[in-house]
Amino acid sequence: MMTRLGRAPWPLLVVALALLVPAVGSRFYTFLANDVLIWALFATSLNLLVGYTGLVSFGHAAYFGIGAYTTGILMKKLAVPFVLAFPAAGIFAGLAALVFGFFCVRLTRIYFAMLTLAFAQIVWAICFKWNEVTGGEQGMPEIPYPALDWMDRLPWVGDLRTSDHFYLLTVLLVALCLWALRRIVGSPFGRILTTIRENPERAEFIGVNVRRYELIAFVVAGAFAGLAGGLFGIFNRGVFPDFAYWTKSSEVLIMTLLGGMGTFYGPPLGALALILLNQQIVSYTEYWPFVLGTILVVLLFVFPGGLAGAAGIVSRRLARALRA
Amino acid sequence: MMARGALLDVHAIETAYGLSRVLFGVSIEVHPGECVCLLGRNGVGKTTTMRSIMGLTPPHAGRVLWRGRDITGWPAYRVARAGLGFVPEDRRIFADLTVWENLDVASRAARGGGSKQFSIERVFDLFPKLRELTGRNGGFLSGGEQQMLTIARTLMGNPELLLLDEPSEGLAPIVVDHLGEQIARLKRDGLTILLAEQNVEFSLALADRVYVLEKGALRFSGPASALRDNEALRHELLAL
Repeated sequence: MMTRLGRAPWPLLVVALALLVPAVGSRFYTFLANDVLIWALFATSLNLLVGYTGLVSFGHAAYFGIGAYTTGILMKKLAVPFVLAFPAAGIFAGLAALVFGFFCVRLTRIYFAMLTLAFAQIVWAICFKWNEVTGGEQGMPEIPYPALDWMDRLPWVGDLRTSDHFYLLTVLLVALCLWALRRIVGSPFGRILTTIRENPERAEFIGVNVRRYELIAFVVAGAFAGLAGGLFGIFNRGVFPDFAYWTKSSEVLIMTLLGGMGTFYGPPLGALALILLNQQIVSYTEYWPFVLGTILVVLLFVFPGGLAGAAGIVSRRLARALRA
Repeated sequence: MMARGALLDVHAIETAYGLSRVLFGVSIEVHPGECVCLLGRNGVGKTTTMRSIMGLTPPHAGRVLWRGRDITGWPAYRVARAGLGFVPEDRRIFADLTVWENLDVASRAARGGGSKQFSIERVFDLFPKLRELTGRNGGFLSGGEQQMLTIARTLMGNPELLLLDEPSEGLAPIVVDHLGEQIARLKRDGLTILLAEQNVEFSLALADRVYVLEKGALRFSGPASALRDNEALRHELLAL
């Protein structure tokens, strides 16, 4: 019973369900689901560093922000079509990660984390001050939606709103990115990252050029964060300096921890949980950060593996109970 | 004095951890096909010598020559790829990877190193027990199995010189015997071995030549037979 459940094509089912949201849910739920999806990609990209390579970045929002500005500037100011502006977000964020990462991977632990934070604050400051290009403090409102006229001609989805069309596009692109990331962590390259997480010195003396692999992981994580940022700018109908601010970095780190960095699907789960919790608690009390903090503390102590770790424990217990 | 044809020539290395000096000019040589043993009590600098050679704790004075080439100060991954395989004392495997993945990762990491004579199949022939455990996570192996896997993993990098740091430590006597046989077999197959040990009996059975370390310096060097046949000398050098 459990094994049959385990073998179900879960990722495809989730994608199918996600595609149904605009049809069955309200506009609000579609909006929420879109938010969750983008953050799920963002958190998963961070998990490549935190969970798989053992590098805790406090500045992952830098690449999210760079991706958002790249797509935003290209689409709004230069009228570049989305098919080019979207990959450009990944490329520019990846390049920035290459430059910053070159310095960061020379440090370890807390020093690595502090340097990632420092670079992210530099990115934020540039976004904040460089008025001609980024719009400075005011940001860049009114990023256009991608041209999705072709969706009008499709059955069922033709009469949906533009924002719903963009949502459907987000589902497909995020699914594609997550699939690619899944392939990466399951590849021999991913296993070498695991050896670094477990023990960098040991990895080193079996012949792994630890710094180079850390840098590659940093660039890949940055590129996918950039793609998430590219989508987010459009979704948010505007790009603002706080996309690269440290609070965004901490938010995505919290999602990753909350969901469980030990597993691939933990961080997306964390994104879902955090956004829903936020939404719910905000409607009851103005002290939502307090409630959220309490929930996080309890979760981290009771389930250090995060939500995904807890789900794993519960399902194994269930499986044992069913077998007995 | 650099003998011709030495595979590894460690020349008067001095190594410190921060301010505490551990090695005071240690010189050793290893020739192709030899099994050389570093003997000495706990804390005399055997592990530090190994770590200095591997570049994990680079010496601040002296040189490490590999095939006549100065590799002092090289990062450990380059030393590993040059053909030095290190089996550390704590014999930790990668706990989250399966036995097969541990071996696969090692052969990929060491790409470009040495001759391609070790395959997973060959390593399994050497350690048949591991074949039964291919899919098991490294973290679920017993101490002896982990030691085998560490050696097997190192072999996957096709080293020309195997540095074994206290392989017998913490293993049951019967496992130690088995391990000794495997190491002897590797030596018969032509692998050069540098062994650091406290277990005198175990190492004298394997070694051709012996260096005895005391307080970070060499106390004795000579053929293993000199110690094997002379109990008084053995006692003088190594009595606890």
